[in-house]
Amino acid sequence: MVDVTSSAPDLLRTADGRPLKAALAAAQRKAKWRAFFLVLPLLAFVVLTFIVPILKMLERSVNHDGFSSNAPAMVAWFNANPATADIPEEAYAALVTDLKQMQKDKTAGAAGTRINYTVPGTISVFKSAARAAEKMTPPYKDALIASNKMWADPLVWVAMRNASSAYTSDFYMVSADLKRDAADNLVRVEDNQRIYVYLFAKTFVLSIVITVACLLLAFPIAHLLAVLPMAKSNLLMILVLLPFWTSLLVRTSSWIAILQEQGIINDLMVWIGAYGEDGRIRMIYNQTGTIIVMPHILLPFMVLPLYSVMRVIPPSYARAARSLGATSWTTFRRIYLPQTLPGIAAGSLLVFILAVGYYITPALVGGADGQLISNLISFHMNKANWSMAAALAAILLAAVLILYWLYDRLIGIDRLKLG
Amino acid sequence: MVATSPNDAFVAFEHVQKSYDGVSLVVKDLNLSIGKGEFLTMLGPSGSGKTTCLMMLAGFETATHGRIMLDGTNINEVPPHKRGIGMVFQNYALFPHMTVGENLSFPLEVRGMSKSDREAKVKRALDMVQMYSFINRRPAQLSGGQQQRIALARALVFDPSLVLMDEPLGALDKQLREHMQFEIKHLHESLGITVVYVTHDQGEALTMSDRVAVFNDGRIQQLATPSDLYERPDNSFVAQFIGENNKLPGTIEELNGDKALVRLATGELIDATAVNIKEKGQQTLVSIRPERVEFKPEMMPAGAHTIDAEVIEVIYMGDILRAVLRVAGSNDFVMKMRNTLSQTRLTAGQKIKVGWHPQDARALDPM
Ligand SMILES: Nc1ncnc2c1ncn2[C@@H]1O[C@H](COP(=O)(O)OP(=O)(O)OP(=O)(O)O)[C@@H](O)[C@H]1O
Ligand SMILES: [Mg+2]
Repeated sequence: MVDVTSSAPDLLRTADGRPLKAALAAAQRKAKWRAFFLVLPLLAFVVLTFIVPILKMLERSVNHDGFSSNAPAMVAWFNANPATADIPEEAYAALVTDLKQMQKDKTAGAAGTRINYTVPGTISVFKSAARAAEKMTPPYKDALIASNKMWADPLVWVAMRNASSAYTSDFYMVSADLKRDAADNLVRVEDNQRIYVYLFAKTFVLSIVITVACLLLAFPIAHLLAVLPMAKSNLLMILVLLPFWTSLLVRTSSWIAILQEQGIINDLMVWIGAYGEDGRIRMIYNQTGTIIVMPHILLPFMVLPLYSVMRVIPPSYARAARSLGATSWTTFRRIYLPQTLPGIAAGSLLVFILAVGYYITPALVGGADGQLISNLISFHMNKANWSMAAALAAILLAAVLILYWLYDRLIGIDRLKLG
Repeated sequence: MVATSPNDAFVAFEHVQKSYDGVSLVVKDLNLSIGKGEFLTMLGPSGSGKTTCLMMLAGFETATHGRIMLDGTNINEVPPHKRGIGMVFQNYALFPHMTVGENLSFPLEVRGMSKSDREAKVKRALDMVQMYSFINRRPAQLSGGQQQRIALARALVFDPSLVLMDEPLGALDKQLREHMQFEIKHLHESLGITVVYVTHDQGEALTMSDRVAVFNDGRIQQLATPSDLYERPDNSFVAQFIGENNKLPGTIEELNGDKALVRLATGELIDATAVNIKEKGQQTLVSIRPERVEFKPEMMPAGAHTIDAEVIEVIYMGDILRAVLRVAGSNDFVMKMRNTLSQTRLTAGQKIKVGWHPQDARALDPM
């Protein structure tokens, strides 16, 4: 007999002499094409509604042509000359040329907005300078500085040089609470202006708190669901899913009725005398409100993955552990809990990712200090600061992707069970 | 070995009843004594309450009524982890997130045993089932038979004196099952442990057990050694459940001690041994094992009654020939013949006379 196994596998041939691999590929090609055409509509849908917008968003986060497209003379000058501390008259002349054009095209606001991201307060400076540009006479340097001292500020010139290209990392820089100094080095912004890093950190900490709260609440429920007889567990399942079927606004407003200062809980506590009328606790429109309401909204996303894992753990494992001499606590800790880990991980991942990006509930019940990063993103979107919103959203997306990657490394994405 | 009175029994069920729903009894007045070192098998059809009895003994179900004694003490209130009973489950119940070694070490860890003692015991238990080389594998990486051995080793590693097995071989193929039967039996003998074994495979029950308790409908129908059970069934349920059986309905014509003459519904007279027959004229069901039916006059005792039979078909089964006969109006009377060189080959349609030794025909009360 010919020793096939030890020779190279590409020597395997079909009966009519074709290489086996080629024959197999040919046989499978048709099936592959058919499968491809079947998923084509879905693929197109996903590309159009998901991938393209995300790419567009990512592009916006590094692209803003408000200045570069409206100040061609400045762009030319920046390209021709290296950065210097002392700005010569010809640069100011180019600026005035551009400002005159901006006044004609009514684009001074757009250019100012771009510079305003990194040097706050420059929109109005651009607008007034554009209005005055027609009447200015050389030397333009003195004329501009006389109209507003900011034109002498090296920070403004650093900002304009960086804005002379449409592609920029400035929005990520601002998202990290950084700015450029006069020598174009990255430094941290003043204490009272650091909002983004703090808000990112708060969003993550609150999301962890919410995830842990969900886990603690969901674990016993999921266990009950998994062990109760069918009829009772179905009823319980309906109770768990009920929030899904109720409008988010209704659920959130019912929490307002319960938690507000004149609400049910405070009334009850005052009535039983736990504290007086003046001791009413603020439990909503602040961070506490976010922490109480969010787990309620997200609970089903923790219960379902846990339940799907717990349901398939046979009771015989626990029985075996007990018969081997383990107490019920040891059985839980050493046998049951480790087997629910894929469910815990999946549920936590899901709840955490949802919490990190949650917008409506913090907006409704979070008050001033219960806002999360998505509320700030929405703020920028309302102000049409698309690039800023996009940069913040991209950072959030990156954080979520890193989490997925970590999950895959630690648990394995193929063990993800979502119900 | 066999406990004769409940007092020297190692395990005793005393008037145990069990109901899950408060409406019907799953176990009805169970009385059973198991001696130390005995291999007792609970055998019965599905749903007859075998697992329930085992679970009550292990402590996972509580008896609705009655006492369960282990080594002279009432264990009704003792939680399962304090009973010190080894258990092998039908699906093995090996912890999937632990290696084989960790699985075996678990019962020793919860007993607070030192690491070196644990390692020695785990090694000994794995050697016992010839699986030491698999110590670092996970259960999912083992075949069914290998998992079975690990489950067995785990139930034995902490030296329990009582081991319960609930259909431990149910998922294995025939050859492996027979091999494992032998190994379990061997371990039972060499370790001197008491085993309560549940199965619904009667062959398994007969080959392995010291005694077999046949369950039906929540009651023990018969508790006896395998040979008694097979040769001297107490009632028609046991006779039908254990092995193949021919049944001939009739009435008692004459009763002389345990010798009975039975007139069949079609008028023929046959000899039988009365088992639970009280009086002449009673309805009865005569049961005869197919391998005890004879058709050659020289093989029958002198003066035995014979009855007419017609061969319907003969099935070649290798070691035996199985003839289906028409006897006394029924078409499913079976006779088994050894497949020897000198064996007479019957053909379909042939008319013969069949008979048997009176001891082999047991007149039982019809159920
Ligand atoms: N947890 C339970 N709740 C309610 N009824 C049960 C429960 N467990 C078993 N039963 C019922 O009790 C009866 C006996 O069940 P048991 O499991 O003891 O049978 P078994 O003899 O082991 O059968 P099998 O050979 O199929 O394993 C069955 O009718 C079953 O439906
Ligand atoms: Mg059972």
